[in-house]
Amino acid sequence: MRKALKLQNLDCANCAAKMEGDISALEGVNKASISFMTQKLMIDVDGDAQALDTVLDKAQAICAKYEPDCVILR
Amino acid sequence: MALIMTTLTDKQIRWRNRIIVALVLFVIAFAIEKAGLLEAWFDTPSDLYAELVLFLVPYLVAGYDVLLKAARNIGRGQVFDENFLMSVATIGAFALVLFPDTEPHMAEGAAVMLFYQVGELFQSYAVGKSRKSISDMMDIAPEFANIMRDGQLVQVDPYEVSPGDEIVVKPGERIPLDGVVVDGRSQVDTAALTGESIPRGANPGDEVISGCVNLTGALTVRVTKPFEDSTVSRILELVENAADKKARTESFITRFARYYTPAVVGVAAALAILPPLLFGQEWADWILRGLTFLVVSCPCALVISVPLSFFGGIGGASRIGILVKGSNYLEALAHAETVVFDKTGTLTNGTFTVTAIHAEGDTTEDELLALAAHAESLSNHPIAASVRQAYAGPLDPARIQQAEEVSGQGIRAVVDEREVLVGNGRLMDAAGAAWHDYELVGTILHVAVDGVYAGHIVIADQVKDDAAAAIAALRKAGARKTVMLTGDRADVAEAVAASLGIDEVRAELLPQDKVAQVEALLEAQAQANPKGRLAFVGDGINDAPVLTRADIGIAMGAMGSDAAIEAADVVLMDDRPSQIARAISVARKTMAIVWENIVFALGVKLAVLALAAVGIANMWMAVFADVGVAVIAILNAMRAMNVRK
Repeated sequence: MRKALKLQNLDCANCAAKMEGDISALEGVNKASISFMTQKLMIDVDGDAQALDTVLDKAQAICAKYEPDCVILR
Repeated sequence: MALIMTTLTDKQIRWRNRIIVALVLFVIAFAIEKAGLLEAWFDTPSDLYAELVLFLVPYLVAGYDVLLKAARNIGRGQVFDENFLMSVATIGAFALVLFPDTEPHMAEGAAVMLFYQVGELFQSYAVGKSRKSISDMMDIAPEFANIMRDGQLVQVDPYEVSPGDEIVVKPGERIPLDGVVVDGRSQVDTAALTGESIPRGANPGDEVISGCVNLTGALTVRVTKPFEDSTVSRILELVENAADKKARTESFITRFARYYTPAVVGVAAALAILPPLLFGQEWADWILRGLTFLVVSCPCALVISVPLSFFGGIGGASRIGILVKGSNYLEALAHAETVVFDKTGTLTNGTFTVTAIHAEGDTTEDELLALAAHAESLSNHPIAASVRQAYAGPLDPARIQQAEEVSGQGIRAVVDEREVLVGNGRLMDAAGAAWHDYELVGTILHVAVDGVYAGHIVIADQVKDDAAAAIAALRKAGARKTVMLTGDRADVAEAVAASLGIDEVRAELLPQDKVAQVEALLEAQAQANPKGRLAFVGDGINDAPVLTRADIGIAMGAMGSDAAIEAADVVLMDDRPSQIARAISVARKTMAIVWENIVFALGVKLAVLALAAVGIANMWMAVFADVGVAVIAILNAMRAMNVRK
């Protein structure tokens, strides 16, 4: 399942690159890509909406690790 | 400056005010220190500690948030971020107070933090501004649709409109969904989608595309596609998803950043510790050099400006109707050396036109055309249509007594009580009409009347107006080889290629041959220059396999064609071949900006690192090499968005 989500308060490009790397490495994620310019996360996850939700919880934690204010809007 | 400050967000305004307060406090502290008041008020060495306190005030006002973030990030196991590096560098500068016999660097510590914050504010502003100009550029999404409900015109969300509904588009409004005009006449501005500034007419029966602006009159449009499949949605989706496919240069920078920071921090530590420890050098001096290294260790200028340049290039291109599906394709396009065209629909209009009429005996040209048009009047073949179009006069059904198709040969009809044969040489032979060969290229329709040869009509697919100019422009943009693939006869194909200046022709191809041809050309390109890329240009109909096989598949004339948008890497919204050269130019310019930024940012950083290692560069230079360079690189990257319409 593939989804595009908006990232709020994404202020640091280097952090975005690190988040992208960590989120891509999460289990069940086929591909994750963050665009710093459009403040979007494109994510492709194995499984249904529920699997996506679980992954997004983890992704949110990763984002907060690099940028405390950064929120994935869903 | 005043202009800049008017567009700040609340957060940025608070930030700016804090910096101003810190700056004033810093100037006061600096004045007190320089005036020698501290020595007058305090004894040695307590004047030194008074100075420390004096400079700590502006330092903390300017940078408390940086310190807090650094502490918090360490707590989260996230060391080596910008905040941490800045904190260590400035705290280190203050800590040199512990080495009483050295020149103190407290003013420098506070100033570096201030300067850093000013740079960060600028950076935040520049990023915000470029984000905004990108989103403005993408601002083609219609906000509402006018629909008739219970006899009243109401505004609804375009998502709520279904195919088959009729919507009203008033002058000045954006067409919200793809559809067909059922009522009204107007002009439509397609500039937002195609970059083409001349408006198109929209009359009943015409298709209109979402995202265009209706100019002169109200139109009633029957919607043909739901909003999510309408052109405007697809374009927005495509451009936004372009970030998905990153260019090699982009991934290289991300990978580079991952090693750069730890490496610089490692060298900084070695620089601070080893010389004093091993060679008995001055601790304070070498620690300061190490701290200067830390300031330069953030790769921000690169990680921001490279993707920004690509995004700007993609955004700028989309403004002139060139949609690039990813920065990897933009990068490939910049290296396009072989450009392969599928003739029909790209270089030629794909529609047949009568180019010559040769009448023989006592038949006039007008008569010949009239007879042929009447004989062909019931056929729906494109060639028949072109004959009828050339005839222009009214077709009188009473003149046609009989008409039948002779399979693979043409048409036998009775017009004005005369037997008229229209078709190829075999049809003439069968009737015993003495036909003769022709010199012109194209499809030939021979005409015989009552068994006597009456002449022929030449029909050809017309070359687009700007095709020759497009090939010349391609060559100028750096394409080394242009190739045309076609299913046409070799003589027709070669004539077209010669008139356009195309290098190579592969004619009489079956559709399935085209993939093999492109594969052979890919091989040839790889041998000539492995870095060069091959672009295939097609009209998106029936050539999906070839579009996929080429390094860059370019589909043209894609307004409203889903198949083309799907299959290609680069989509040209209108059907002018000259757009291909423009796409390559945009790609080249973007790549130039990307490399400028990489060379500039790394160059300045490495220079400052080298100078710092030998003790020439101070922290001021280091801060410039960090945030100053980032701001300049961002401003440079924003140039990629400027694409001339």
